[in-house]
Amino acid sequence: MTQAKDLSDQSRRKFIGGSVGVAGAMLIGPGIFLHQVQAKPDNQAVTNKVRWGMLVDTNKCATGCDDCVGACAKENGWANETGPNEVNVQWIRKVDLKDKKTGREASLPVMCQHCEEPPCVDVCPTGASFKREDGIVLVDKHTCIGCRYCMMACPYKARSFVHSPVENHDDYMPRGMGVVESCTFCVHLVDKDKSPACVTSCKEKALLFGDLNNKNSEIAIRVANENSRQIRQDLKTDPGVRYQGI
Amino acid sequence: MIQHFKSLSLTSRIGVIVGLFLILFLISPILADVPKPHIPEAKGEQCVEETDYMRRNHMDLLMHRRDETMHKGVRTRKHSLQNCLTCHAVKDKQQQVVTIKDKRHFCRSCHSYAAVKIDCFDCHSSTPIAKNKNSGI
Repeated sequence: MTQAKDLSDQSRRKFIGGSVGVAGAMLIGPGIFLHQVQAKPDNQAVTNKVRWGMLVDTNKCATGCDDCVGACAKENGWANETGPNEVNVQWIRKVDLKDKKTGREASLPVMCQHCEEPPCVDVCPTGASFKREDGIVLVDKHTCIGCRYCMMACPYKARSFVHSPVENHDDYMPRGMGVVESCTFCVHLVDKDKSPACVTSCKEKALLFGDLNNKNSEIAIRVANENSRQIRQDLKTDPGVRYQGI
Repeated sequence: MIQHFKSLSLTSRIGVIVGLFLILFLISPILADVPKPHIPEAKGEQCVEETDYMRRNHMDLLMHRRDETMHKGVRTRKHSLQNCLTCHAVKDKQQQVVTIKDKRHFCRSCHSYAAVKIDCFDCHSSTPIAKNKNSGI
């Protein structure tokens, strides 16, 4: 029963996505898409018609390059968080992998994977940890009590706790001491029809952001036609971030 | 005036003096200069809603807007904290917008008086954010 309902829903999405895509193509010109993301009016709530996701091509991701980390830190105002690594804020980090048998190396950014079934949301005692309708997993810092259960529950070690007072508030991302925070997919930019800072900063074009539900979006076409995988697929958290080449 | 006073009988004189003291007693709160919150001038003629409504309900508007933005991604400017800060920005002598650390800050001018602790600015900026300051917006 549920399955049947899901399928009908998908076909509806397909129809909506398709019609919007066709309209877009007609308006701008054949084959030209100004932006793959559809604009959401400011006064409208996000819907589950959209499922934001990211595709990371680790074949393009350069070892030693941390442009995405720097861009994230600048955009979200955690660039000045210094101190020992244990208490450092890390919304995104570069991870280097090496296959010991073959010697093949890969470098990839790891951030909040924006799971469809987020463990952090399951364990949150106050409801501060939540998933938006469009699949972005966030911390509502207004209701977060800083218990850090979510940090323990997250299999991707994606969340950080702010240990010291934040002085500079000249950013669009409000941050403060005593609460947990993590990658928001740059939700303030996404709501303004823009891509996250890490994606726009990547010179290698290794990162691709878009709507996985929109069959005409570049990301949906690529994940449909190319091999990609989620980290720790066995946990069935169904992350919105997918990786190629690992 | 004094001539007139001297011409009065003793009882009347006492009555006048007692009356004067009574008036003084009644208006003493005004004369004592009880500190009032100094509410800084804002830009424009009218706030986003009626002034009386805003005085009583601004916290509810902000709270509602907060949850709408956080959970639903509604980002209209009208009832946003940034919109408050933009019109109600207070400038110092150097024409710099003051932060919450300054007693003249719009929010603080009233909330310090009423002894209401607001922690909005532990995380949020207490001044209007300059466009393209740090962000890709």
